[in-house]
Amino acid sequence: MPRLRVATVWFSGCSGCHMSFLDLDERLLEFAERAELVFSPLVDPKEFPDDVDVVLIEGAVGNTEHLHTLLEIRKKAKVLVAFGDCAVTGNVPSLRNPIPREEVLQAVYGPEDPPGLEEGEVPKLLPQALPLHAVVPVDLFLPGCPPSADRIWAFLRPLLHGQTPALPASERKFG
Amino acid sequence: MITLTLDGVRVQAQEGETILQAAKRAGIRIPTLCYLEGLSPRGACRLCLVEVRTWGGRLVPACATPVQEGMEVVANSERLRELRRAILEMLFAERNHICAFCVSNGHCELQDLAAELGMDHVRYPYRWLPFSVDLSHAKYGIDHNRCVLCGRCVRACAEVEGAATWGFSGRGIFTLVEADLGEPWGQSKTCTGCGKCVQACPTGALFEKGKATSEQVKRPAILLEITERRPRA
Repeated sequence: MPRLRVATVWFSGCSGCHMSFLDLDERLLEFAERAELVFSPLVDPKEFPDDVDVVLIEGAVGNTEHLHTLLEIRKKAKVLVAFGDCAVTGNVPSLRNPIPREEVLQAVYGPEDPPGLEEGEVPKLLPQALPLHAVVPVDLFLPGCPPSADRIWAFLRPLLHGQTPALPASERKFG
Repeated sequence: MITLTLDGVRVQAQEGETILQAAKRAGIRIPTLCYLEGLSPRGACRLCLVEVRTWGGRLVPACATPVQEGMEVVANSERLRELRRAILEMLFAERNHICAFCVSNGHCELQDLAAELGMDHVRYPYRWLPFSVDLSHAKYGIDHNRCVLCGRCVRACAEVEGAATWGFSGRGIFTLVEADLGEPWGQSKTCTGCGKCVQACPTGALFEKGKATSEQVKRPAILLEITERRPRA
């Protein structure tokens, strides 16, 4: 059986979900038997490859780079997973959403021409940090801030065996 | 005694009891949020909606509808599950109910309901409106961003403490619970500082000062304990 082509992506989030993924510890060995990590902050490739079976996306859609990347990923990945609360709800990055973009950037970088206000060396900040499903169709949602390694495994294991994960209520909690 | 049918099961109930009370005794789970034992029912949140077959499939709140002889009630169905989930999603979309940085994270009725009803994401656009936080009270705070307008604080204050400090102001999604005539809570002339409102609150809207993320555990059952220990007026 060919290994599943899995990717992970890090948008507007703290990387806590990726840290939790690494907490899979020895379960990563079973993961590696079943899947190949073809793109991720944890591996080398810089271009998102074609024909990805499952992509886990951590973080909200916070800037134009996230937006473009997400639209590309949706074309290339079969199963798109909102990985953790920021991807599912906007979570912590969406705290800025009631505040105008200009005010946020000026408060952080100072009043003079803050980066992110327009397209430049850093991507333009979107007016609001959005959950993934506000931009593209999302196939599966994995809540948690971050989801624990046990929860990630309860979700991933069925996927690695060609099944759809069904988490119990206790493992579906936000926060 | 009254006999009714709940999800196809024949159930006995006392005259004047509600569908919710009958269901509870029969071990049939109906989700609730604005209902709290010890307080009068309000039917505000609509999460306990049930379908009364003998009333042409009408949807009524189980917490506020008395039982009737021969009534046939559907308490759990695909339609009701979908309706309850939609109601919950509207609550989440309306204000800031982001669990990760809430004092009540891990001890919240709204958070538990989302998990129970399978609300894995919110299909409606979030409104992201900013509401105020009032920290003028010596012991407690109120974060309107976390409020679901269930009115449990309003009823606990009026019906159990007898102070009637809390009330509603404004309309629709801009409704706020407010102390007295809208002055800061700390300046309220009627508030006794008893904290029953805080214990009754299902979310992190009302909290004890000094509590950080996940530290606020509530004791809503205390309202029933108090009312059972003394005759009600």
